[in-house]
Order: sequence, then C-alpha cells, then structure tokens
Amino acid sequence: MAETSRNLEHLIDREYTAGFVTDVEQEIFPPGLSEDIVRRISAKKEEPAFMLEWRLEAYRHWLTMREPRWAHVNYSPVDYQSISYFSQPKQDKDRPKSLDEVDPKLLETYEKLGIPLREQEMLAGVAVDAVFDSVSIATTYREKLAELGIIFCSFSEAVREHPELVRKYLGTVVPPGDNFFASLNSAVFSDGSFVYVPPGVRCPMELSTYFRINAANTGQFERTLIIADEGAYVSYLEGCTAPMRDENQLHAAVVELVALDNAQIKYSTVQNWYPGDENGRGGIYNFVTKRGLCRGVNSHISWTQVETGSAITWKYPSVVLQGDNSVGEFYSVALTNNYQQADTGTKMIHVGRNTRSTIISKGISAGHGQNAYRGLVKVLAGAEGARNYTECDSLLFGDRCGAHTFPYIEVKNRTAQVEHEATTSRISDDQLFYCMQRGLSREDAISMIVNGFCKQVFKKLPMEFAVEAQKLLDISLEGAVG
Amino acid sequence: MAASAATPLEEYRSLRGALPGQGLAWLRDLRDGALQRFSERGYPTPRDEAWKYTNIAPLLKQSFVPALSLERSREVAPADIAARLFAGAGMPLAVFVDGRFDAALSDLSGLPRGIEVRSLREMLERDGAALETLLTSQAPREPHGFIELNTAFMSDGAYVRIGSEAVAERPLHLLFVSSGAEQPLASYLRNLISVGQGGRAAVIEHYVSLGDAPSLCNVATHCVIERGAALDHYKLNEEGAGAHHFAGLYVEQARDSRYVSHNVAAGGRMIRNDLRCVLAGEGAECDLNGLYLAGGRQHIDNQTSVEHRVPHCTSREWYKGVLDGRARGVFSGHVVVRQDAQKTDAQQMNNNLLLSDEAEIDTRPQLEIYADDVKCSHGSTVGQLNPDILFYLRARGIDEARARRLLVTAFAQDVVARMTAAPVRAWAEHLIMARLAR
Repeated sequence: MAETSRNLEHLIDREYTAGFVTDVEQEIFPPGLSEDIVRRISAKKEEPAFMLEWRLEAYRHWLTMREPRWAHVNYSPVDYQSISYFSQPKQDKDRPKSLDEVDPKLLETYEKLGIPLREQEMLAGVAVDAVFDSVSIATTYREKLAELGIIFCSFSEAVREHPELVRKYLGTVVPPGDNFFASLNSAVFSDGSFVYVPPGVRCPMELSTYFRINAANTGQFERTLIIADEGAYVSYLEGCTAPMRDENQLHAAVVELVALDNAQIKYSTVQNWYPGDENGRGGIYNFVTKRGLCRGVNSHISWTQVETGSAITWKYPSVVLQGDNSVGEFYSVALTNNYQQADTGTKMIHVGRNTRSTIISKGISAGHGQNAYRGLVKVLAGAEGARNYTECDSLLFGDRCGAHTFPYIEVKNRTAQVEHEATTSRISDDQLFYCMQRGLSREDAISMIVNGFCKQVFKKLPMEFAVEAQKLLDISLEGAVG
Repeated sequence: MAASAATPLEEYRSLRGALPGQGLAWLRDLRDGALQRFSERGYPTPRDEAWKYTNIAPLLKQSFVPALSLERSREVAPADIAARLFAGAGMPLAVFVDGRFDAALSDLSGLPRGIEVRSLREMLERDGAALETLLTSQAPREPHGFIELNTAFMSDGAYVRIGSEAVAERPLHLLFVSSGAEQPLASYLRNLISVGQGGRAAVIEHYVSLGDAPSLCNVATHCVIERGAALDHYKLNEEGAGAHHFAGLYVEQARDSRYVSHNVAAGGRMIRNDLRCVLAGEGAECDLNGLYLAGGRQHIDNQTSVEHRVPHCTSREWYKGVLDGRARGVFSGHVVVRQDAQKTDAQQMNNNLLLSDEAEIDTRPQLEIYADDVKCSHGSTVGQLNPDILFYLRARGIDEARARRLLVTAFAQDVVARMTAAPVRAWAEHLIMARLAR
C-alpha cells in the first residue's frame, strides 16, 4: 500500500477548507464560570424563573462532579475558567425578519461553507434554523411548518413562547445530573433548536440546523430538544463546520429526543468540525450527550451520523427503548485522520417488551488517528423478546493508526437474542486486484471500496445529506484513496 | 480475609517469617512490595473497570484463615483422591491439599526423562535463586488486590519444568483439593510451568473440594513457553458450592511456540479467572477454549487478554457459557495488537445460552488495534434454545427434557471436542450431562 500512504500524505497536507474567521462584532462574557455567570446567561435570554432554577441546580451539581477519564482518548485538560460562556452577534437586538436583513458578513460565512441560506431556501423543502455561535439568526419556512402546528424554533424562543412544553420535556431524557458534560451544558447552554411535532402530523420536510463555532474561546453549549407526539414523524438534520484556529474549543452539546406512542424520529448528523492541523494542534473537543427516549409503544428513533471532524469526538447517541415494540437504530461512519481521536458508539437500553435495536458502526482510521467504538446493549429483566444486532467494522489506512472496539453486552432476560460482531482489517490486496484487473485505477478502486464499506450507513441518510456526507468523506480521504 | 483491609496486613506480619524462601532478599522485597501495593489499593470494587460485574463485597464479610498458618493440613483419605482421577489414564499426579503439597497422596514415579514436577515450597527453600526470573518477570495487565495478596502469601504450588526437546506422553495431573476443614481456609498457590525449546506437554490444573464448606483459593499460574515448544493447558474447576476461586494465569510465548488453553469452570460459588497471554515471538500461536456452566447462585467471571506484540502471530478464542438458575456469567475478551505487529490474525467468539429467567450474562469482547495489516474479528451472542429445533426433536418422540439436554450438549460440544486428552474430554462430557440432569 505504498501508494496509499503516499496519498495519505496528500491528505495530511490538505488544508481545512472551511477554516476562516468571520469578523463580526460580538458580545462576549468574560471568561470563567460562576453562579453569577449562569444568572447572567439566564437574564440575557430573558428566561422564566424555572429555567434559572434549573440551570443553577445543574451548576451546583456540576461542581460536585469530576471530569470523566475512561474514554480511549488523550487531550490536554480543559480549563473551564478560561472559557467564555456566552457570545452572540451584536445585531441580535433587532432580529432579522428575512434573510435580506441578515448581516451580509454572516451570509458570506455560509456562502464560504457552501451552504448558503438563499440556496437552502430554494432547495427541496429544507428549512434552516442557522445557529451562528450561540444565537439563532435566521429561520426559514416557519410559517409553512406553523400551519401544521409544528414548532421549529431556537431553544431560547421556545423557552419564552412555549415554556409549558420545555418544562414538561427538558431533562427527561438527559437529566441535568447525567454526566459531567451534560451538567455543564444544563447550567450554561446558550441556545439550540426546539422541535415539537403534534399528534398525527408527519413533518413534510427535513428540518435542518447548521451549527457553527466562530468566536475564539467560546465553548458552544447547544441544547436540542425534539418531541414527536403520538403518531408523529420528523426527520432532523444537523451539520457543522468551524473555522481554523489553534486553541482547542470545547463543544458540550446535549440532544434529547422524545418519541411518544407510534412516533418516529430520525436524527442525522454530518459533523465536520475543525480537526486540528497535521501535527494534532488545535481542533474542536466534541463531548456530546445525545439520547433518545422511545417512550411510547411502537415508537422509533434512529441516529445516523457521519463524523469526519473534531480533534476529539466523544459521544454515544443512545436510545432508551421504554415502550413495548419500540425500535432503536444507530448508523455511524466515523473517520479519524492525522491525530484525530474518536471514542464513539451507542447505548441501547431495552426496557419494554419486543423492543428491537440495530447498530451498524463503521470506523475508518488513517494517519495517527485513533478510532474507538464503545457501545452498550442492555436487556433488562422485563424486556421480553428483545432483539439486538450489532455490527462494527473498522478499516485501517497506515501502520500508525488504531481501531478499537469496546462493546458491553448485559442481558438479564433469557428470551433476548443479542448478536454482536466486529471485524478489523485494511483493504485486502485481493479486493484491489479484482477491481484493478477490471480496469479501475488504484485510486478509484480504493474509493469504491471505501464507499461500499460505508454504504449501509449512507443509505440511511436523507438524500441531501447523503450527497454532502459522501463529499465530506471524499474531502477527508480523497487524497488518500483517489 | 475479613471485612477490613487491615486484616491481611496483620496476617502478613504474623506469617511473614514462616513463608518459604524468606532467606532470599529479592523474594522478601517482592512480597513486601506486593503487600504494600495491596495496602494502598485494597480489594477491587465494581468501580474498577475489570471488576464491574463481579462484586466481592459479600465475600469480604466472611473470614478465612490462611491455610499456611495451620501446623499441618487435614488428612485426606486416598480414596477421596482416587475418586477424582481420570479413569484409567495413569497420569503422573501431584496432589495439593489446602494449598500444600502432599507427597504421600502424589505419584510422580513415572515421570519421563527431562520432565520435572516439584513442590514450589521445596524449590523456594532449597533452590530459590533459580526462580527469580520466573517469579519476577511477568505481571498482570491490570494488577489487583488478589494478585498482590497471592504474591505476598504464596507458599506452595506446582513447579513444572519440561526440558528442551522433552516430550510428556501423558498429561501431568495437578490436583488441588480443598479439604473442607471446619475453619474456612484461604490457600495461596503459585504454579510455575515452563517448557523448554521444542518441548511438548499437557498439564492439567484440576480444582476440587471435599464437601461444600466455604473456602477461598487464590492461585496464580505462570507459563513460559520457549521457542518451538507446545503446551496444552487444562484448567478444570469443579469445586464445591462454598468455594471461592480467584485465579490468574499468565502465559508468555516465544517464537513458533504453541499454547492451547482449555478452561472449564463449573464449580464453586464464585470463580474469577484472569487469563493473559502474551505472544512475544513471531509465529507464536494460541488457542483459548473456555466453557462455563453455572446454575444456582454461581458467579463465573472469565477475563481473557491476548497481546500480539510481534508480527505473524495467530490467536483463536472460543468461550461458551450456559447459565441457569440465578447464575451470573461474565466474559471479557481483550485482544490488543501492538504497533507494527503486522500480519496478525486474531479471532474471538463468545456464545452464551440463557436457560432461566433469572440468569444473567455480561459480555465484553474488546479489540484494541494499532497495526493495519491485520485480520481481527470478534463476535458475541446471547440467546436461548431455538424453539423450532426443540419442536423438531419433540415431534420425533424425544421428550422435552432430553431434547434440551441434547441441544445444550451440542452447544458445548465444539469446545469439548477440541480437548485432545481423551480422559479429560470424557470427564467434561460427563460433567455436562451431570449438570443438565440436576
């Protein structure tokens, strides 16, 4: 594979194309975290009293916790007092009514990223709630969704306008004391997205939010809450890019999904945050808590993720299968290159009867990347007839990378059927020979094999995203694999 | 052992002078160091990752007296020993009662040339200096309290040496007996097995109890397999219902060596096996076979770890578990492929059968890979007997109990079939049938 490693060098030389800083005047809190800062964030966002109480409780709990160390990743410690916990574009006071009113510099940012809002509007039914740093600056297609009773807005808006819904569901899936990063998020979260789909409504378009980290030294603490009421369906897309910068940036988001009886939620992520340079300097720390709760019978939650960015990715989108006959799915492609590290996987907690879960995880490691799958399949005593199928495959490029698999399987019910399999290999010479013998160049052959390796996951992505995901994978590995 | 961690320290203080080989400075240091580490860390708790599913807190409430504090071990009738031998095999036999070698019950007369089986106590007292490398070189991947206590208190065990090019035609039978004394005893055993270049042998470590009285056995076995040598290692546990068994097994393999482990865990109240195999020479190969049968309130925990340190090594692992009653099975299979250990071929499979509503299995296969030109896979399944097959058998006039027995036997069969020593295979088949008849 001499050629592959040569190609890998190409890849290592490749600059992060989305790396640039938009010079927008920003209002930023001084670095540091204290009860006062939490109060100020809450006041800034004009939140009702219950939210402030909730934040303070989380903050106090966070103070008692220690940062976890068990993941298969190495990084220099985060100084939580050197992070600024709030930043928003100055122009926030008079929010733009339409895209024309949006600061042209912001629009330029999106344009550079190749995801211009203008085009998004015209794209087949995609509504965009764009998060620039911490505050949503533009939301489209709101009226159309409102007609169906679907609420799709920024989290702060939801807190102000639909406090009863927020109060009812916030923290029910990821409680404020869940883990170190979730507690931190609960205390200081700045904004995020809120979706509520009323009973029986099928959301007619893919909902999408682009996250973007911009101001230096501002950790982003997004909070997303999606509720699909009885019989509802929603598909949600999340994608991210971030400008190039040297300091590590902390991102500790929380995503909560709640599916009631017969509801279905599809959550797809394409993550392409700045992964650090070829020497492993800089890059985003992505420590995210994502969890879905299949609360009702026959509910269905699926996570699909394509992870190509971040210096360190540490996340386990999980599903708690509480309702009888509920279904949980996890499809993931995670790529690590240079000095990137990923410890990602899922948890499937089978509580209800006849619950089913599927886990397909594809890891690609290149350069000095370390890629770990860590998962838990837990079948509780009452989960009669639970079924799980897990497949974790790893593909290695180069002799300095690593691929690891740490699945945990805990079964307390004999009617459960649980299967787990994992393989690790590089592209075999036989496969390459077969393709090349049929006239494909080596690069095309490798690209085809890699695409085939990820197919199972890509086909679960919505059309628009599948295209972007493949493009991302190409950008990240193209130099390496043709 | 008792509720507080201070007790082993007191015991150590009072027994230190009586431990074998205390004339050797390095051994004294080794023991003192181990106890020092124990006093710092104490017993493992479920907060330790490797002990997540095995909680020993209830065990610590019972107290066990170190067997070596007694003047002499309890008399065991030769008939009790005879009943535990493999029928008609005529294997060389070394018997240990409550952690102490019993020459009268042993029969080491027929050992072939170049093969040595001795008591570790005797070795330490007479020829201890020769053991320094063997005793100090290997360390567990994740040392824990039991290993440290073993090092501190080890007083006897089997010393087995297979000389260069020596071949043992018949397996060597090491029988470890818990005598069932009124006072619950703790025995600390250390076995050293080394196979010289081109040597070939099968060694059976066999743990039994006379009765169901509480007992604690803390054993560590070190195997060193030199270039081109081969060792078949059987570890069979059919101790009584009161037995607690904590075992460490550390294997180091040189170039082109072959190690085959057959680990049958069927007895005792609690069994914990830590098996660590290091492939340190190119072309080395290891096969790890395991079968755990647990019923009642048994707890069986097998932790295995294979380290591919150099290129061109092969490892295979098959562990199967059958869990009934309120039993709990734990399996952890760790495979690590070090940087540049190219052309590694590592495969692992763990299958579990849950036969009752209250049985539980926690399984954790793990791959940690730092080289790219490798073929590694693992798989794990948990399930029950296939109702269609049961129906098929019943439709042909086989009653349900028998059909279930047939299927469970078939499930365990491939692990049993890989045992090359026919007498042990027969023993295992009999054991499975006996367990299923209960």
